[in-house]
Amino acid sequence: MKTLKIAIASGKGGTGKTFVATNLFNALLHAKMPATIVDCDAEEPNVHLFFEGTPVKNSDVFQNVPVIDESLCTHCGRCHEYCSYNAIFHVPSLKVINVMEELCHGCGACFVACRDNAIHAKQKSLGSVTQIMINDQSCFIEARTRIGVYSSVKVIKAAIAEAKTDSFVILDSPPGTSCPFIQTANLSDFVVLVTEPTPFGLSDLKQSVETLSQMNKMMGVVVNKSGIGNTEVYDYLKEKNIPLLMEIPFSRDIAKAYSTGVLITSNDKNQRNNFLELFEKIRQQLWKSQS
Amino acid sequence: MEVAIISGKGGTGKSSVAASLASIARNILLADCDVDAANQYLLFQPQHTEEQNFISGQKAVIDYSACTRCGKCIDHCGFEAISEVDGKVTISEITCDGCRLCMRICPAQAISMIDNNKSRLYCGTFRHGHMVYGRLAPGEENSGRLVSLVRGKAKQVATENNCDMILYDGPPGIGCPVISTITGIDKVVIVTEPTLSGKHDLERALDTVFHFRIFAMVVINKHDLNPEITKGIRQYCNLNNVPVVALLPFDPIVTEAMVNGKSYVEYAPQAEISLLTENIWKFIQNEKP
Repeated sequence: MKTLKIAIASGKGGTGKTFVATNLFNALLHAKMPATIVDCDAEEPNVHLFFEGTPVKNSDVFQNVPVIDESLCTHCGRCHEYCSYNAIFHVPSLKVINVMEELCHGCGACFVACRDNAIHAKQKSLGSVTQIMINDQSCFIEARTRIGVYSSVKVIKAAIAEAKTDSFVILDSPPGTSCPFIQTANLSDFVVLVTEPTPFGLSDLKQSVETLSQMNKMMGVVVNKSGIGNTEVYDYLKEKNIPLLMEIPFSRDIAKAYSTGVLITSNDKNQRNNFLELFEKIRQQLWKSQS
Repeated sequence: MEVAIISGKGGTGKSSVAASLASIARNILLADCDVDAANQYLLFQPQHTEEQNFISGQKAVIDYSACTRCGKCIDHCGFEAISEVDGKVTISEITCDGCRLCMRICPAQAISMIDNNKSRLYCGTFRHGHMVYGRLAPGEENSGRLVSLVRGKAKQVATENNCDMILYDGPPGIGCPVISTITGIDKVVIVTEPTLSGKHDLERALDTVFHFRIFAMVVINKHDLNPEITKGIRQYCNLNNVPVVALLPFDPIVTEAMVNGKSYVEYAPQAEISLLTENIWKFIQNEKP
């Protein structure tokens, strides 16, 4: 089968992105469909709170950072000049040269710059990727960055690369519209934007839609907590011709159940059907575009 | 004094609490560091006094009349951003990190860099003082650097206008933009909610704040949604010697106020949540870290 990767994303945090991702995945599990969920919110991974399974693999994700051998360094300053991230601190007059690992992006320019063989690479761990089998055809993969690491992109990409190619893949995307979100969206076939019908929700939705439009990504919207706020979000979707895939009414009971780690699709067949319907709507959008 | 409101998890009500704190203050400088999804300007509609371009980074582009397809750039790119597509060396705009290595090593000098320049920094005045905020253009990056710029500008504007307090509305998560927001400030207020995700993210946010040795206090928003987890969060904070300065109730008035273009303290000053938020404000001002 052809892999289908669906990213669940939102510009604004707390709109229910993980709620939709975990319940969609859970509905697929109950329907005995092969599925993988990848928690790409590597700064604040939360999917693990909802699923149990057997850990089968745990690996660190590394980045190369330079180590400067001061006995060979001639203080020519070329590495400092080549570094676009200000990660090499150099005071030639004092013969001081230091690598600031937190700022290094691992581009490798300094290695190319050095003519004195004074720079070699060291591996620095950025985070880890854990794979947990839920049953013989479905698994959960978590990307988790270390505290204090500037970017989660490399860890996210490594986690997505682990996803089984013969299953439906749900990516719980990081919030926002910057690099981690873009990389996640870029590796997906379809992006579901979860929003809430409030002015903040709409403003952030617009940002996400603009970003995805620039990337020519297919997208659809789930309105969570419908019934609160106002109707501007719906007007916007009509104006932009973006499919409204699902509405989840605001309910204190849903919020309370979710807060304790209980998925609404676990005990409620109707909710399972709602999420399977969401899945089918996404597939139809994709088929429509391909035919 | 510089104070940041952060949350770890998004959607805990951080920006609503920040807006309300700003409404209590007199002559405050409110800086929106959530540059991916700036929202404070929507509520407070500031009168702009200044607008600056922000070069968020650069992207490599190939001059195909000069490219010899030698493939050296493909081998050297540390981000796997360059590949040959249909016989053409192609740089993925999305994956390019702007490191310039390909430009430097290209034997044919066929690669140059162009600026990403659609992001903006704004300054202005609003009904409770001054405002500085950044808006990262969709798809542009380097939000951490834009946050640094917002902070630099905020300090300058605060000094010029004798604002005693700079309040930063921080971004979600614990990555680069959050670190830029809290580095070197006086106090951090973490707004959390009683959900398993909220608690987990609070713990990561607190670790980050401890890493930078900043005084932290916690607000539990929507505390009545799950009393048990609220209790768990209080215990966790207690063990880590972090004060829980307010338990805010779940109140639809928060969304209602937003729809009406107001902070909840402005919209319903006598509501319980508003009175409790005044306590947070007092605590921020009195507590010496």
